Amino acid sequence: MAKVLLFGRLADQAGWRQREVDASDLATLRASLADTDPALGEALVAAGVQVAVDKTIVRGDIALTAATEVAFLPPMSGG
Amino acid sequence: MIITLTDQPFEPGALVTAFCADRQETGAVATFVGLARAEKGAATALELEAYPGFTDSAITTIAQAAVARFALQDVHIVHRVGRIAPGEAIVFVATAAAHRREAFEACDHLMDYLKSRAPFWKKEHGPDGPRWIEPTARDRTDAQRWDQET
Repeated sequence: MAKVLLFGRLADQAGWRQREVDASDLATLRASLADTDPALGEALVAAGVQVAVDKTIVRGDIALTAATEVAFLPPMSGG
Repeated sequence: MIITLTDQPFEPGALVTAFCADRQETGAVATFVGLARAEKGAATALELEAYPGFTDSAITTIAQAAVARFALQDVHIVHRVGRIAPGEAIVFVATAAAHRREAFEACDHLMDYLKSRAPFWKKEHGPDGPRWIEPTARDRTDAQRWDQET
């Protein structure tokens, strides 16, 4: 089970911020999220949305282990 | 170097005083304080979300790079998270260097980074409900200035 975290507008859109998802890689995890919420699935692949696995930005697919934390990060804005 | 994320209001003057204390070889301290705007009533509060463990380490990385690039002696960054009322300070950046040019430029550089690349998500609450704020084109080009100059 990977721990999925949503931030910013993604969390508002989905209606949750944290959820356990059973997936052995990132592509399967995306498919599983899109299956339960197609609009969220689309939002997660939109331009500007980055993915951090165990707090490191990743690109493309990646294998996930039991305790992996997967965070979906919409465009960032501070200050 | 100190990087702090806090959900409590802070007093910028006290931070400047503390940052300037006990410096024998610092010729220049530059500071920047960002305040939450009311936008003539359109913004009743700002809400800033961070990713604990990720946001602080990302800011530490850019601060370390700024120390090397501008030959800084010290940096202090304080960034609010959570709900912020108009008029309250959102961000504080202080840089210490031997000479003023490095201190000014590093402060400017760090703010451009914080506005567009640091992992924060900013929501503005107003009479018409909340809306998420994403970096403006200006924020992005401000940050890109520093990419071109490297």
